[in-house]
Amino acid sequence: MAKMILEGNQALAVGAKLCRPKVIASYPITPSTHIPEMLSEFVANGELDADFINVESEHSAISACIGAQATGVRTFTATASQGLALMHEILYVASGMRLPIVMGVANRSLSAPINIWCDHSDTMAERDSGWMQFYSENNQEALDLVIQAYRIAEDERVLLPAMVTIDAYTLTHTFEPVDVPSQKEVDEFLPPYKPVYAILDPERPITQGSFGTPEYFMEFKYSQQKAMERAKEVIDEVFREFEEKFGRKYGKIEPYRTEGADVILVTLGSMSGTGKEVVDQLREEGAKVGLIKVTVFRPFPAEELREAVRRAKVVAVIDRDISLGFSGAVFANVSASLINEEKRPLLANFIVGLGGRDVRPEDFREIVDKSFRILEAGRVEKPVEWINVSGEVP
Amino acid sequence: MKEEKQLLAPGHRMCAGCGVALSARLCLEAAGEKTIVVVPTGCMEVTTSQYPETAWRVPFIHVAFENAAAAASGVDAALKMMGKREGVNIVAMGGDGGTFDIGLQALSGMFERGHRVTYVCNDNEAYMNTGIQRSSATPYAAWTTTSPPGKKSIGEFREKKPIGYIAAAHGIPYVATATIAYFADYQKKVKKALSADGPAFIHVLTPCPVGWRFPPDRTVEVSRLAVQTGVFPLWEVRDGDIENLRITVKPPERKPVEEYLAVQGRFSHLFKPEKQQDVIDRIQKMVDEKCERYGI
Repeated sequence: MAKMILEGNQALAVGAKLCRPKVIASYPITPSTHIPEMLSEFVANGELDADFINVESEHSAISACIGAQATGVRTFTATASQGLALMHEILYVASGMRLPIVMGVANRSLSAPINIWCDHSDTMAERDSGWMQFYSENNQEALDLVIQAYRIAEDERVLLPAMVTIDAYTLTHTFEPVDVPSQKEVDEFLPPYKPVYAILDPERPITQGSFGTPEYFMEFKYSQQKAMERAKEVIDEVFREFEEKFGRKYGKIEPYRTEGADVILVTLGSMSGTGKEVVDQLREEGAKVGLIKVTVFRPFPAEELREAVRRAKVVAVIDRDISLGFSGAVFANVSASLINEEKRPLLANFIVGLGGRDVRPEDFREIVDKSFRILEAGRVEKPVEWINVSGEVP
Repeated sequence: MKEEKQLLAPGHRMCAGCGVALSARLCLEAAGEKTIVVVPTGCMEVTTSQYPETAWRVPFIHVAFENAAAAASGVDAALKMMGKREGVNIVAMGGDGGTFDIGLQALSGMFERGHRVTYVCNDNEAYMNTGIQRSSATPYAAWTTTSPPGKKSIGEFREKKPIGYIAAAHGIPYVATATIAYFADYQKKVKKALSADGPAFIHVLTPCPVGWRFPPDRTVEVSRLAVQTGVFPLWEVRDGDIENLRITVKPPERKPVEEYLAVQGRFSHLFKPEKQQDVIDRIQKMVDEKCERYGI
């Protein structure tokens, strides 16, 4: 274990390197470009024994990863925003073919207007693609989650691809001290990749990427859904094992000072850090407020979430994305998780920080104030509210 | 063709007289069983890989429509890293849609990066899998469902995209054209392509009885006529040296292009209700000019 000062992109790249992918195919896109840069450097200087494919698009990046993973090696790619959107079609193919590819994503808004800063619209748009999604709060988590994502994805009970995300700039370009495990430690935790079914070998010819008629298609989707459900258990196992080995604890959700909380905030990614800070201040001021950070968004940890908010009176879901025409994506999932509870908290959705607008402590305070007003009123008048927005564009 | 152990097994769902089926069989016969096949979405994919069956006796992967070359690049990289690259062929087989049009970017990337993949384009000159829509491979004056002849149309009004030249312009080791009627020429080219130290491209004309509107027992004949009329010259080029393009099959005497057009229903509007001699002459002139350049 060594302490290194790494920006989020580097933490993802170093984490990926420690997992010894054999093929990396990646196309540069702001703000994730440092990831392929650093990995190609590792390959160039002999630190990483891998083939780095300089593909001509993100679409080809994920396609080349599929080709390589289906042949029988561990692969890695990284992208952001429009790059992820360009991969969209092929993301479904990767999960449908049950290839445990791991990808780093720098969370960036989607055009238009074109914007290179943070929000979660890009990965939220892929929430139905059959990829597991892990959101990092800080650079340490980014590194740790990549290593764990490989273990989870490659588990025979799962065999699903996974994306590990870091917020644009707030993490991608921000340097933090990161504990970097030794290669030996990671090797002990993550054994060499052994393909379970997917292998292209002339000695043992199989067909991959079949045509699925209505007679069979639903069974394939059902199998993916079952694998997602099994992944919940596998994630817990792997997180526990990681904690034993590396001393850092992960959960699908991370409740923060939720004991006795009347109001619970739900957050993803780097804004969780700011949120925790504000919770600390408010607790000092006597407000009964707590926070739940969602680390794993797919599979969605509905059971843990239900349990964690059971005694809360108001749950304020803070989305850094918007499913235009309805609400934030996290809110929809949290609400659905609670719908059949006999006694459930009031639910409110706050849209924040789109396209890199800062999510400030005062925004959290405003959300908490509004949540306590909901609590007093006993009802939610405005289920979806935008924070720190000046109105429509003239 | 040998009947025992075809690597593309009989019983697949391709149409009777399908040129692509013949091309795939010929190609695999030349490549042998140590071959990994990468196929984009299209006729060949849907007719040979229907779960839970498969017609492929070699490893086969299909990913999507526009990315066979990218997927093949990944297969190449993985085999290299596994130390299993030697003695294994990688053959991508795409249609004209997946090659000339939607897959051109990925194909160019694969060429430029130098992956040791033989890419075979089975060109049936339209989107046949979706039901005969024009592609950039559709020839001048051909009917398709999206280039219909009419009062203001003679059918497809553009010339076919010169895909072989585009491939050769990348400077890749080997580019050739072939067609199923000249199977010895085709199979020799497959072997040359596979022995190239880098990407190779073979543009194979594969007549489609359904889309070209001719009886299924005339596929080979139509394929032969394409060469004999000079519509589809058979050539090869090494290392992008287009100046030294070599004609591999020289028809002794070029037949009039009308013979090729007349056997295909997709050109029937050039013959009835009244014959459009000017259009036929224009096509003949295009072919003459091309053949003059080739010296055939």
